[in-house]
Amino acid sequence: MLRFIVRRVLQLIPTLVGLSILLFVWLQRLPGGPEYALLPDDATDEQRASLRRSLGLDEPLTVQYLSFLRRIAQGDLGTSIASGRPVLEEFLTRFPATFELAVSAMVIAVAVGLPLGYLAARRRGTVLDFAAVGGSLVGICTPVFFLAFILKVVFAERLGLFPSAFRLSPGLDRTNLSGFAVLDGLRTGEWDVVADALAHLVLPGLALASIPLAVIVRMTRASVLEVLEEDYVRTADAKGLHRNTVRTRHVMRNAMLPVVTAIGLLTGSLFAGAVLTESVFAFPGIGSFIYSATQERDYPVLTGFILIIATVYVFINLLVDISYSLLDPRVRAQ
Amino acid sequence: MSSSTPLLTVDELSVVFHRRGADDVRAVDGVSFTLEEGRVTGLVGESGCGKSVTSLALMGLLPSRGLTVGGSARMRLPEGETDLLALSPRRMRDLRGAQLAMIFQDPLSSLNPVIPIGLQVTEILRRHRGLRGSAARKEAADLLHRVGIPDPTRRLREYPHQLSGGMRQRALIAMAVACRPKLMIADEPTTALDVTIQAQILELLRDLVVEEGTALLMITHDLGVVAGLCDDINVLYAGRAVEAAPRSPLFAEPTHPYTVGLLGSVPRLDAPRGEPLTPVRGSVNDNIAWADGCAFAPRCDHYTMECLRGAPELVHATGEHAHRCVNPVGHAKAADRAVQESPAAVGDEEARG
Amino acid sequence: MTTPPSSQNPAGTGTRGGAAPLLGRKAAKVDRLAELMGERGDDGHGAGVWREAFLRMRRSPMAISGAVIVTVFVLVALFSPLIAPYSPTAQTWGAEVFPNRNVFVGPRAENLLGLDNLGRDQFSRMVIGARQTLLVGVVATLVGFCVGALLGGSAGAAASLGGAWGRRFDNVVMRVIDMMLALPTLLLAVTVAALIGPSLTTVMIAVGVAQIPIFARLLRGAMISQGSRDYVLAAQALGVRKRRIALAHILPNSMGPVIVQSTLTLATAIIDAAALSYLGLGNPDPAFPEWGTMLADAQRFLSSAPSLAVYPALAIIVTALGFTLLGEAMREALDPKVRK
Repeated sequence: MLRFIVRRVLQLIPTLVGLSILLFVWLQRLPGGPEYALLPDDATDEQRASLRRSLGLDEPLTVQYLSFLRRIAQGDLGTSIASGRPVLEEFLTRFPATFELAVSAMVIAVAVGLPLGYLAARRRGTVLDFAAVGGSLVGICTPVFFLAFILKVVFAERLGLFPSAFRLSPGLDRTNLSGFAVLDGLRTGEWDVVADALAHLVLPGLALASIPLAVIVRMTRASVLEVLEEDYVRTADAKGLHRNTVRTRHVMRNAMLPVVTAIGLLTGSLFAGAVLTESVFAFPGIGSFIYSATQERDYPVLTGFILIIATVYVFINLLVDISYSLLDPRVRAQ
Repeated sequence: MSSSTPLLTVDELSVVFHRRGADDVRAVDGVSFTLEEGRVTGLVGESGCGKSVTSLALMGLLPSRGLTVGGSARMRLPEGETDLLALSPRRMRDLRGAQLAMIFQDPLSSLNPVIPIGLQVTEILRRHRGLRGSAARKEAADLLHRVGIPDPTRRLREYPHQLSGGMRQRALIAMAVACRPKLMIADEPTTALDVTIQAQILELLRDLVVEEGTALLMITHDLGVVAGLCDDINVLYAGRAVEAAPRSPLFAEPTHPYTVGLLGSVPRLDAPRGEPLTPVRGSVNDNIAWADGCAFAPRCDHYTMECLRGAPELVHATGEHAHRCVNPVGHAKAADRAVQESPAAVGDEEARG
Repeated sequence: MTTPPSSQNPAGTGTRGGAAPLLGRKAAKVDRLAELMGERGDDGHGAGVWREAFLRMRRSPMAISGAVIVTVFVLVALFSPLIAPYSPTAQTWGAEVFPNRNVFVGPRAENLLGLDNLGRDQFSRMVIGARQTLLVGVVATLVGFCVGALLGGSAGAAASLGGAWGRRFDNVVMRVIDMMLALPTLLLAVTVAALIGPSLTTVMIAVGVAQIPIFARLLRGAMISQGSRDYVLAAQALGVRKRRIALAHILPNSMGPVIVQSTLTLATAIIDAAALSYLGLGNPDPAFPEWGTMLADAQRFLSSAPSLAVYPALAIIVTALGFTLLGEAMREALDPKVRK
């Protein structure tokens, strides 16, 4: 098991190095180079040249790349043009909010998607199956930002059931320990904070959950249908096991395997969805920051965030691979 | 066959699959046979003849929708004689694994790949014998030992992919015999195995039948397996038994042209050099409906217009030897007599079909 | 395969209820026997996989509804200048609409879908928008398809036929593809769009680039699995040149999943393009209305004039659904596991 994990981690190194090269080249190929992005449009050529020198842009590319790598290793991802603060700091202050949002979206997607997908497969061809499959197809085809707007207008503005913006109600008295509002509230016992934070997570969480939910329903359904045809399910039935034992131990256990992989891949789309959802709900996370960075062409923020997100994504999928190998002994063996 | 009441009496079993926008398929079309304790009964035929569907119908493992099961399968149970086909799914679940067990063809795909062998054995002990924890594990190890798996305590922790093909089939057999069922069905249990392993598995099955007095229904297309293991044999064609007999008369004097063809398709070491094999022509799909005549007629060397006159009845040529043919091999006279004796039966068949 | 028309019993499952005189049906039965004997040997494997899939799709309600939606969409897009009654940009009725005072004009006889916030005919804008949307979808898919297929195809061919060197080449290409896969598609698109500035071309390239790794992986995977088939081995044993094996045998047999993916990508492209427009990276030129931009613009008025956003949103959803249904139906029809 340990050897499996070590091997998987070692396999990541070329991917991460390649990713850094990709982003480095990207930075170099910005229209007119970074100095255009960093300076006002009417800057003189002299100003540009001095900026190039100060940024080390006139050095050979390999030297530049190595210093780029060194800076990354030291946690220096550059400075935001818009705020003037280090990119890494900007990321870390916003990460807890997006993390909470992404986790609640994933919890919604898994908690609803798995049972729904299973039922759709078991009752194949019924109204329930049709509704689940049709609903998930429509879900995949609905632009996330539009769904977010609809949820906001209907449930926040018209019905007033949930707050329409931000992460916590303004003026709420709260002890900030780690930036994770729900966790901090639980630790300090400030239950009003927990409730307030959760209420703020409902609508953006639902909007963000739409695509993972749709994907999980469809994958689970397809996977369960496949497993139901397997010989070992027939063996389990031939042993006279209780129906629930057959369902959980023999059908779901195996049907989960491809779904687990899909959940890992879906975390990527969660980050992208967060850009759209957070901006609709003015949720102060990574997504809304990327949104404003896009509007302002804040290239250091864009590249830095993307590097971090890609790394996080790669590691999440590593975790998924490891948990997959715990679920499926055949993977461990090879 | 012995004179006591059989353990299982299958009477006119039929399974019809209904397909949307297409004709029904009569996968099993009136099969009758009996199983007795301590004996092995073979169900022989090409793939598609209905032998696997027969076994799944007896086990109650056919899908619940899209088909109709007819006939009866009366089994002698502790609480009295019961028709397996009429039982509720819940009751059937109680019987499966306890009174009836099944061994499947492909041991790899028949074992759950992601849970250890141990749990797959203990779950049946827990379900039907109420054993748990270390008692269940000990019993499971005993069972694996009994079916010839060395180092059973270690094997219990292993996963199916870590076992060899023969070991996997032994593990499946261990699960089948775990609750000492009265009746076991083995569906091509050796087809997926190497020849040397096949012999070991057959020997194991034979021993279990003798020791436990279990009735074994052996489903196979392999006449070698039949000759080595089965006491009584039913040859199936297109969903019906075409010949039924104990082993030695069947092999010595096969009467149905299909049985003769099957035997002629087997290469034999003791055959004279240069003598060609005489395979059955065509494929199992080349049949006509039994209602229209003998389904085997399109492939038969002996067919006459007589064959197309409704389905032939199963007639007892001699004592325990029965066949369903109007022109049986080597018994032409006996067959003629049988048909003349029951013209009404032929007519009935035609009208009913 | 010849089937005598006299056969009254083509499925071979039998005519039951035999009331007809036995001997009168004899001829038919003998014909049937002959037919059964004659048929042996060719069980109808001649029909191609695609033909078979097409026949299956013709019976699938999913495929039919998808095809209808897609056809209507493409027709509207192609003939939009003929269909649109007014110019999409002329603010003809500008004096009737006052967004800041919540005065909007809904559907009426001369404006089927009402007016937008600048007093332009919403119906005309929707119709012309279909063309832009189709253009974005098709070009983006083509970008992803062409580059992805080139990368994936060369890697797949190298891996299955190129020996040790080929496997190394495949390894390098796939590392690059994996890196691209590690970037969430929309973020990839956002970055590309941020680099080259907002325009329709930006959206098309950004969305297309984001699809490259998916196409590459799919085609490579299909080619490698085809490469280990017996017919490839047979061709190699016969001394067929490798390039010919790759282009004439492996590639055509590997296109199924890629073509399915293209159909699905058309849907994704339309949705992603809408997202990019919402992020302000779409076409800023109002002369070319595009559903995504229209939706993004109209969201400001979602509480006062919801229909302005609902029309383009519905159009996007229905069109994407059409392509998705078609793609899924195709995938199902081509899937050997589903075929029964």
